[in-house]
Amino acid sequence: MSDIVISAKGVGKKFVIGHRVETNGLFVDAMVNATRRFFSKGKAALKGGPGVTGDVFEEFWALRDVNFEIKRGELVSIVGHNGAGKSTLLKILSRITEPTTGRIEINGRVTSLLEVGTGFHPELSGRENVFLNGAILGMTRAEVRRRFDEIVAFAGVEKFIDTPVKRYSIGMYARLAFAVAAHLEAEILVIDEVLAVGDSEFQERCLNRMSDMASTGRTVLFVSHNLAAVTALTKRAMVLNAGSLTFDGPVQAALTHYTAGIGKVTNRANWGRGQDATLLAADLIDEQGKPTGRYVPGTPLRLRVAVETSGLPGMCVELVFRDELGLPIGFYSAGIFNQVALPQRAGRFECVITLESQFLAAGQYSVDVETANTNVSTDHSVGNAVQFMVETCSPGSIAFNFRQALGTGALAMTAAGPIEFKPLSDQAG
Amino acid sequence: MSSSDQTPTARLVLEAGRADRQYWHDIWRYRELFFILAWRDVAVRYKQTVVGFAWAFVRPFMTMVVFTVVFGHIARLSSGDVTPYALMVYGGLLPWTLFSSVFGDASASVMSNANLISKVYFPRMIVPMSTVVVALIDFGVSLIILVGLMVWYRFLPGWQILLLPVFVVLALLASIGPALWAAAIVVKYRDFRFVVPFMLQFGLYASPVGFSSAIVPSEWRLLYNLNPMVGIIDGFRWCIVGGDSPIYLPGFALSLFVIAVMLWIGVGSFRRIERAFADLM
Repeated sequence: MSDIVISAKGVGKKFVIGHRVETNGLFVDAMVNATRRFFSKGKAALKGGPGVTGDVFEEFWALRDVNFEIKRGELVSIVGHNGAGKSTLLKILSRITEPTTGRIEINGRVTSLLEVGTGFHPELSGRENVFLNGAILGMTRAEVRRRFDEIVAFAGVEKFIDTPVKRYSIGMYARLAFAVAAHLEAEILVIDEVLAVGDSEFQERCLNRMSDMASTGRTVLFVSHNLAAVTALTKRAMVLNAGSLTFDGPVQAALTHYTAGIGKVTNRANWGRGQDATLLAADLIDEQGKPTGRYVPGTPLRLRVAVETSGLPGMCVELVFRDELGLPIGFYSAGIFNQVALPQRAGRFECVITLESQFLAAGQYSVDVETANTNVSTDHSVGNAVQFMVETCSPGSIAFNFRQALGTGALAMTAAGPIEFKPLSDQAG
Repeated sequence: MSSSDQTPTARLVLEAGRADRQYWHDIWRYRELFFILAWRDVAVRYKQTVVGFAWAFVRPFMTMVVFTVVFGHIARLSSGDVTPYALMVYGGLLPWTLFSSVFGDASASVMSNANLISKVYFPRMIVPMSTVVVALIDFGVSLIILVGLMVWYRFLPGWQILLLPVFVVLALLASIGPALWAAAIVVKYRDFRFVVPFMLQFGLYASPVGFSSAIVPSEWRLLYNLNPMVGIIDGFRWCIVGGDSPIYLPGFALSLFVIAVMLWIGVGSFRRIERAFADLM
């Protein structure tokens, strides 16, 4: 018997997307287009077409010619930018959708965890939801019953197990949901980004649980943006970029490839479009202007952003910084904070935003980049557009690494002047 | 599934357009999911209602009263000599309600479980099938009302009542075919969300629920049986009130044929579209 549990050959997935043709804002044009759309839609419906709307259709390959093999008991992570095709690959592996081309052979039962708490019903109690969720993930009732106490203890919700989950806090809900998943007896486990729940202590328990699974010969495929978790958990990583597998090998080398590749990516078509200002690319850059995936605390934070604008006045770029848990920790608006708008003529532009130096805690960060009509609305928003890592953060001269995982936040505050201690008068004498 | 009931090397090939030979075997493997989804629908149904399960009684009972008053007293449609009109109406209402709740719930079920379908694999047919259980429970409640009605009118059914389960199964088969077709097509064209309630409303008047199919002129009778519910409703009535409402056999055979064809089309189109469900949602 071969030891290869998953073997993929030439796997591709095509989607058809529709675009609308610009109408110059003329009512007549809009009417003509709407009528044409109506008829072409009807015609497509009769022919059993894909049910996509638009004037122009475009084929879009979410995955293209992906080949790999995974052996029994391997822990493999898949990293890549938004829209690189990670989720599509996981959906194909977990049989939710079919590949357009290629062939995958799987030996063993696949259990996929693309979301925590799939099928949880708010009206049902915690106990009922454990059985429901277990069945959805492929466990039998007997299996769930056998592990029920373990699951509840893992989640730490013993007291509320007969309360409807709609009364749970978000943390409790997520812990219970993950606890069920963590007790699956799967041969091949496919996990998408679900560790981003709960506090760091709970996350650590989840990571331990996953490496336990691997040590008992189970195969785990793990997708994450969290580079720290990827390095901690897996030895092998596959890097996806714009639908193609660009690297497959040891995790350290993969991460170097991944972070170095951040700036080189030119095909970001998957970012979609805004109405008046479309983001084309965004990178963290170093002093020489080269894209980088690392930030050194205490130095200026430089971001290069490329946009295409229609020339509408009052458009600006905004940034939301997020920590490892995806919580927002900082905001920058060129329009509101610096009164800088995009050029008032149509075209493609690039700018460098240099932010004041901060002492960001060691760990993983992501930046949402948005274009906005100042004070009115967001135009084009790209979540998780830039990712970077801080390796060490020691604001003082003492060798102490201030990390996000300490649970004391993501920003080291430093004093602006000397701190003097004066005796209080009532203690004097 | 416990590790014992599956082969150690469950081999699976994923390819475009691959006819999944394991499908029916998979449905069997996922039978527990079928029961638990059905149980969920039942458990959630009357949560946070004041009278709770009593709603299952109120609905069919009130419909029966309204039909008896409107058709029996105001429109003066007759039901034959001995049979009380209320029983005649109820005999038609029972299979129609079963049909319409399966058709209505099952056709909406795939969309309302979109979050499951786009995140987990299981044979998709389990979702519409599990709504049948809820409909059957409601049907059971309606049967209790039927017994009450019989006691009230001091009406003793004949031996035919023993054949009622056969017609219940037929009514389910008749509803599952179109329901599967609608459930799949709704995912692709949401228009059908509006079409289904309309079809049900229309069907109520096109089927002999408020009247006996004997009032249809005999030259049209066979054609009328193209509506499969005609044969089933006639059968139900025959089981309940006996000789007063005989079955028209050629028509019944035609109804059976239509049911079989619709079932075949329903399963076929569901299987064809289901592969793309996650992409269409």
